[in-house]
Amino acid sequence: MELNELQIDLLKEIGNIGAGNAATSLSHMLSKRIDMNVPEVSLLDYNHIIESIGGAENIVVGVLIAFEGDIQGVILFLLKKEFVHLILNSLLGTELQSFEEIEDIERSALSEISNIMVSSYVNSIASLTGMKINITIPSLNIDMSGALLDAVTSEFSEVADKVVFIKEKYHCQNETVYSYMLLLPDIPSLKILLNKFGIDS
Amino acid sequence: MKTITVGISDMKIVRVPDLLISYALGSCVGVCIIDKSAQVAGMAHILLSYNKNGDKNIFKYADTGITEMVRQMEGLGALKSRMTAKIAGGAKMFEIKGSSSLGHIGERNVAATKETLADLKIRITAQDVGKNYGRTITFDSSTGKLTIKSFGKELKVI
Repeated sequence: MELNELQIDLLKEIGNIGAGNAATSLSHMLSKRIDMNVPEVSLLDYNHIIESIGGAENIVVGVLIAFEGDIQGVILFLLKKEFVHLILNSLLGTELQSFEEIEDIERSALSEISNIMVSSYVNSIASLTGMKINITIPSLNIDMSGALLDAVTSEFSEVADKVVFIKEKYHCQNETVYSYMLLLPDIPSLKILLNKFGIDS
Repeated sequence: MKTITVGISDMKIVRVPDLLISYALGSCVGVCIIDKSAQVAGMAHILLSYNKNGDKNIFKYADTGITEMVRQMEGLGALKSRMTAKIAGGAKMFEIKGSSSLGHIGERNVAATKETLADLKIRITAQDVGKNYGRTITFDSSTGKLTIKSFGKELKVI
């Protein structure tokens, strides 16, 4: 499916909608003041996404959540070490040295945080469009970013070569961290979504 | 000796003593074929199983990608009857409960790769496929050895 400029702009806008809510819920969970900038939303292909998260072999946490209901697809949440450290340190007091040391309780905490952030994200899209959207239990893996990404983009490469990529920048105390979210609806859902906003597909 | 990188949905062929490398294969499959006598080796980094719609990006798919790689290797003096293959990748990186369609791409890629190699009568001498982790693979055209690097695991040579 080839997307025109208007459709791309709308997808970017949808990417924007939930971002503020996600940051607010993060701030509540960590009981910390978190300031955020306007998220950068772009439509990128595999190679450009890899580049912006530090190369194919960079180890990151990937959390995959599927959504279903009026629209279907998946959201992949990618967290680099700095962001993971901020979460684990705030919640559990962990000083994360390397990803090899992550234990089950920390994996659960990361899944839960991702779940809440993705929920608030999806909920804001749902309430704005009046659609019913549910999300599944998150699946978490820690591995090379390239490997986490090809598994997801390949599933959707028949929809489009590019995916909605949302990069958010947070300031917390003296730290600046980023989160990365990929939004991948399937073809019928993409059409429904575009129609909801009054754009022909 | 040079090391040639094979990007996603791409293919490269080298002669002895060069190395071929593909980074971070998840559900993708790295297909390595060698003719030791002709001293020619190739690597394809395939993303999907079958090219059903005649996509021009042939190296994205196992069937058209492997077939074309073999054809080009023959053009460089390799003989199909002497070729052997090693394959790696095809992992299932995420387990989504209740979704039947999601997450089987890796498995399908491996099956299509094996079927295509069988059709071409090229024997698979070693493989490291499936599971739930990523692999960076390096293929040595001099020895035919495939080295596999994964996060939190020992280096593996097959």
